[in-house]
Amino acid sequence: MPKRTDLHTLLVIGSGPIVIGQGPEFDYSGAQACKVLRREGYRVVLVNSNPATIMTDPEFADATYIEPLTPEIVEQIIEIEKPDALLPTVGGQTALNLAKALAENGALERHGVELIGAVMESIDLAEDRQLFKQAMEEIGLLCPPSEIVDSVERALAVADTLGYPVLVRPSFTLGGSGGGVAYNADELRMVSERGLKLSPVGEVLVEMSVLGWKEYELEVMRDTSGNFVVVCTIENLDPMGVHTGDSITVAPAQTLTDKELQRLRNMAKRVLDKVGLATGGANVQFAINPEDGRVFVIEMNPRVSRSSALASKATGFPIAKIAALLAVGFRLDEIPNDITRVTPASFEPSLDYVVVKFPRWDFAKFPGADANLGPQMKAVGEVMAIGRTFPEALQKAVRSLDIGVVGFGARLLEAPAAAMRVPTAQRLFQVAAALHNGMALEEIERSTGFDPWFVRQMADIMVIQSTIINKRLTLDRLDERDFRKLKHFGYGDAQVAKLIGVEEMDVRERRKAYGVVPSYYRVDTCAAEFEAHTPYLYSTFEEGDEAQPTGRKKVIILGGGPNRIGQGIEFDYCCVHACFALKELGYETIMVNCNPETVSTDYDTADRLYFEPLTVEDVLNIIDEERPSGVLVQFGGQTPLNIARELADAGAPIWGTSVDTIDLAEDRKRFNALMTELGIAQPPGATALTREEALKVANDIGYPVIVRPSYVLGGRGMAIVFDDAMLLEWLDKHITWSQHPILIDHFLDDAFELDVDALCDGERVVIGGIMEHIEEAGVHSGDSACSIPTIKITHYHLEIIRDYTRRIGLALGVKGLFNIQFAIKDEVVYVLEVNPRASRTVPYVSKATAVPLARYAAMIAAGKTLKDIGFLDEPVVDGFFVKEAVLPFQKFPGADARLGPEMRSTGEVMGHAASFGRAFAKAQLAVGSKFPLDGTAFISVNPYDRNAVVIIARDLHQMGFRLLATRGTAETLVQAGLPVTIMNKVSEGSPHIVDAIRAGEIDLILNTPRGSVAHADGSLIRGTAALYNVPLITTLSAALAVVQGIRELKQKTLKVRSLQRHHTQDRG
Amino acid sequence: MKPGLLALEDGRTFAGLGFGAEGTQTGEIVFNTSMTGYQEILTDPSYHKQIVTMTVPHVGNTGINPEDVESERVWVAGFVVRALSPVVSNWRSQIDLYEYLRDQGIIGLSGVATRALVRHIREKGAMRAAIAHGEAAADAAALVELARSAPDMSGANLVDDVTCAEIYNWTETSNVAWYPQQHYDPQGPLIVAYDTGIKRNILRMMTDRGLRVTIVPARTPAADVLALKPAGVFLSNGPGDPAAVTYLIDSVRDLLGKTPVFGICLGHQILALALGGKTEKMRFGHRGGNQPVKNLLTGVVEISAHNHGFAVTADSDLHGAEVTHVNLNDNTIEGLRHVDLGAFSVQYHPEASPGPHDSLYLFDEFVGRVKNQDTVGDRG
Repeated sequence: MPKRTDLHTLLVIGSGPIVIGQGPEFDYSGAQACKVLRREGYRVVLVNSNPATIMTDPEFADATYIEPLTPEIVEQIIEIEKPDALLPTVGGQTALNLAKALAENGALERHGVELIGAVMESIDLAEDRQLFKQAMEEIGLLCPPSEIVDSVERALAVADTLGYPVLVRPSFTLGGSGGGVAYNADELRMVSERGLKLSPVGEVLVEMSVLGWKEYELEVMRDTSGNFVVVCTIENLDPMGVHTGDSITVAPAQTLTDKELQRLRNMAKRVLDKVGLATGGANVQFAINPEDGRVFVIEMNPRVSRSSALASKATGFPIAKIAALLAVGFRLDEIPNDITRVTPASFEPSLDYVVVKFPRWDFAKFPGADANLGPQMKAVGEVMAIGRTFPEALQKAVRSLDIGVVGFGARLLEAPAAAMRVPTAQRLFQVAAALHNGMALEEIERSTGFDPWFVRQMADIMVIQSTIINKRLTLDRLDERDFRKLKHFGYGDAQVAKLIGVEEMDVRERRKAYGVVPSYYRVDTCAAEFEAHTPYLYSTFEEGDEAQPTGRKKVIILGGGPNRIGQGIEFDYCCVHACFALKELGYETIMVNCNPETVSTDYDTADRLYFEPLTVEDVLNIIDEERPSGVLVQFGGQTPLNIARELADAGAPIWGTSVDTIDLAEDRKRFNALMTELGIAQPPGATALTREEALKVANDIGYPVIVRPSYVLGGRGMAIVFDDAMLLEWLDKHITWSQHPILIDHFLDDAFELDVDALCDGERVVIGGIMEHIEEAGVHSGDSACSIPTIKITHYHLEIIRDYTRRIGLALGVKGLFNIQFAIKDEVVYVLEVNPRASRTVPYVSKATAVPLARYAAMIAAGKTLKDIGFLDEPVVDGFFVKEAVLPFQKFPGADARLGPEMRSTGEVMGHAASFGRAFAKAQLAVGSKFPLDGTAFISVNPYDRNAVVIIARDLHQMGFRLLATRGTAETLVQAGLPVTIMNKVSEGSPHIVDAIRAGEIDLILNTPRGSVAHADGSLIRGTAALYNVPLITTLSAALAVVQGIRELKQKTLKVRSLQRHHTQDRG
Repeated sequence: MKPGLLALEDGRTFAGLGFGAEGTQTGEIVFNTSMTGYQEILTDPSYHKQIVTMTVPHVGNTGINPEDVESERVWVAGFVVRALSPVVSNWRSQIDLYEYLRDQGIIGLSGVATRALVRHIREKGAMRAAIAHGEAAADAAALVELARSAPDMSGANLVDDVTCAEIYNWTETSNVAWYPQQHYDPQGPLIVAYDTGIKRNILRMMTDRGLRVTIVPARTPAADVLALKPAGVFLSNGPGDPAAVTYLIDSVRDLLGKTPVFGICLGHQILALALGGKTEKMRFGHRGGNQPVKNLLTGVVEISAHNHGFAVTADSDLHGAEVTHVNLNDNTIEGLRHVDLGAFSVQYHPEASPGPHDSLYLFDEFVGRVKNQDTVGDRG
């Protein structure tokens, strides 16, 4: 069937904030869908609460709603925009669940909106494990034996019949949230109780464990005419038992014969026929017993997923784009393959390379959390690497991770074989150590469950390393053949340099002298059978370079690498904008990145895409190949900045803000001197290289102090300490003394904090936006809610901030974007930090102001002035735009759910409205925290906050809330004449506050902790609140905002408005 | 591993390390884009006198098992891969690929820049080549000369090399693990299959569907075939230039209209030639498991397994036959039927092995035709 002409307006639902299990890949898929649907002439209405996305850029849709993803809000949008159809399959589980809710509450029917790309029955069938299992049995396929239970008692009974260990999977949760493995009844009690609570339908599946079986995934597409293709087969290195998002995976599948693979293909096809996927992309996961080839179907996702983003990047087959076209009636054979141009999309890509996906974890951010991997996803991002062989791809993947490990074997973690049984983020490095130490391959295979095929190739990598070490090889003894062999096994120059104890540049020089340089091969979907017209490239060290660089003037943009806490989708957004801007200026744009979840690595974002690690070597090789006019390092976050100096030293033409300016901003001494010169205040601070020095500095400056290791991202390891004891405890825990000093600054208690994003062209500074943090000082800016415009800052202070921003930008000589964090305390404006690069808040500011800051920054880097661009005045903001952070505490039970100077949020949402309170309420609603309009509020604050909390408690009381408080807080409130019931702390015995939360008796929690050591009681309260999804406020400033929000919500319901309408009204 | 070399007739050479047998061999250099199924490819008689390059880099991963063979021996003239697997991992494997090729006397080459080779073939077309493992690999010029001395594929009748010596019956069905749907019937309709290099999975697909199969040598006259009173005749796949197999074209001409005929690959080309059509050599052919073929009767696209270097000429007169299938990549004719004569054929491989199973329905159609033999001439 050709394109449907009965549809005109389509509603696309995005996936909301980046959370673990639902990352930037849905910006990629949603942006692709919006783009292609508009190209086909449809009017696209988009709703997504995440401002840091490309898809929510106003030019990607006809009407863009950055609004909370709730059925009520979306129904309002439907009323305004009157879409003919809703596409729910490109926005992850969030979009699917929302579509389901809209179907079930009758909204779709009420407004005559057709569901396209999926039918309700399919969604139900795929999502409900019991229904799915029945359906599989009907078509003769087997699932692991299991049973759905709705109580802990039933779970225990089922486990008795299946035998331990068992898997517990809650129904309808993201990324397997709340799942787990139970090896005995006690563990099962815990895991099933949590799962039951997290499941929106109060059910969990208790399932026979297939731990240790091989895991495969097929990414498939199907159209309404029954055309079916397998886009990609993926084999997991980690056997069953580890969530596929936490597994190292390999494409294509490597250890199946054709008979076995075709059986999976046939099964996948039957699954799709049965589950009746209307159209589009899906994935089917299988477990295979390596002993006898027995197959179980594990699950099927009837939508575009994280793995389909990976499969798209791994094959060059754009699944989301094609899924969107299929949803509006196209058939697979009516859609051309963009890469070959001559062949249709109704084919199966053939890969003549190997792809390795490696997850990126951030466990260091969550001390106390269980770092073992299991059925619940914990990775915050991933990298993908392409090589001609598995060893080459694996090595590239490891060095792409940006964790300071230059290759497989470069980190060796000794562990006994028994320890390798437990899947962790470190397991691959344990395997490297085991291989290094000569452990038998069979023993490694037995303990890890890795297929012998992979282990043997890892061993082959390690043999080379051992040879270099054992023979004490020196650089001059490496000949051309050695270099070729090293490169065939994926060794980076830095890895070789480390092994023989020389500088990386020496290795590079010698290697190049031998003519050992990479070829760039094209990802072409067809194993070279047809010519590829898309320059989507990867490096390898074989003959036959296919890059065909052009003679145009060109710019390389370095991406941000893997998603991680502190460096997320915001930076990809900036890279993509830089790319668009330079295209407009007539440059050929060349993107370098290794993150498969991004828009930047879409082959039609930049003119040319190098899917490569962001290391000095890999980037320099591309520069050698392309000879660009400029290289942009300021858009991809800290990753490209960290290699900027080495690139510049090697002669790379770094555009924009100079490397020296970057150093100046990061070098504390130089920066302090500059601030002193400019007469701008900074909190007193100093550095320390020893424990004793640290104590002295802290006492000289005066507590409280904020302490951090130098050279960290996202406030890693940062803490606020109040006395000597806390300082010593922190030092012992976080610091291994080295040549890097720790930084100690006076902490400005109770200060207001602000962020400013601004542009400088060297002659002029124009501010993009000034944001006021809602959380009080000390909360990392990435975790703090904030508002544009500011709410409590006086005109006087704003003018000082503007003046400082201008002077700092000019003094540093910034050429592009920079971000400054300010604090105001006791009428003094302090500068806390300057980052001479695109910041995390750029997309948010751009959405609030309709000013494309990142584009302008790229234009400045290319030599334009702000005057050329016509951006001369700080934008005036109409209404309020509130950004709120999304925290992953539910995924890390055991970690303290408290905000502090170390950033731990994974994503953000934005709420906008005419008033601050309502904008804030929207932002809260968007992070899933619906303000209660009445009910019971529990208050427990630290002694410093007791007086200030009275006003909040009084407001809550006046709005009809019942007040509960712990003893100390209650006394203060009673003195203020408020009716309050005393609730026991946990330490005071049952019935205590945690019991009450579990019993669902609490609607709102205000708990402000103090001190660096997580107080057991507070931590338990916050953990339970996170688990039971009770709105939790941990700072007084946020509490004030919440009270204001509740008050306004009680007066008037929330209204929605598209960005396009908002900003045109602005201008009008 | 000793050095190896691949030399093409145009003078280009590709170095690698040898495995399997030592020595030299010539053949036509071709490439296959299937990501799995090297064992089936090695043993497919259609690859007789061809040196096959696999585009998938890692080959040999799953070793060799006794089950996944398409004939009793390896037929490729040489085998070229990027990375021979250093280890075998599969529960069915019995020996590794190195050993297997050595035992079968076939030269393999690993470590070859296969993508560069494939792009060369794509641009210049399939050509004659020579492969060497061991001492002969040292003399590139001699190997290029050897390649140039090899016979051309155009005009070559290779069927006589691969056909069976004597008539025999086939009773084996598939392993139910791979093909769960089976209806074996020892009393079922008799199919006589011309062996021009027949793949075992074709035979199994027929026995699985309740057909009895008798295989006859390619030079068996039509009269002898008809004397067996077949319910249908099958024309198999096979190597070489179809136009050179004149005796079989003649036999098929005699059979048409007298019994339902189903042809695959070479059998499809033979049928077209018997109908009066023409065939031609393709630049580098189709070899792989991902080719989109559109069934013009249903509109459905089949992802299909291909292995052919010749094709039916698009504008040749097929005397009443209609095109039923086309390749969406390049519009090659992939299927024909002649309703009045009760004959149909496909250029690709519905038996797959290796490749997707989307086209197995063609065997069901054949069963349908032979079971309604009296209606030959009335239906399509």
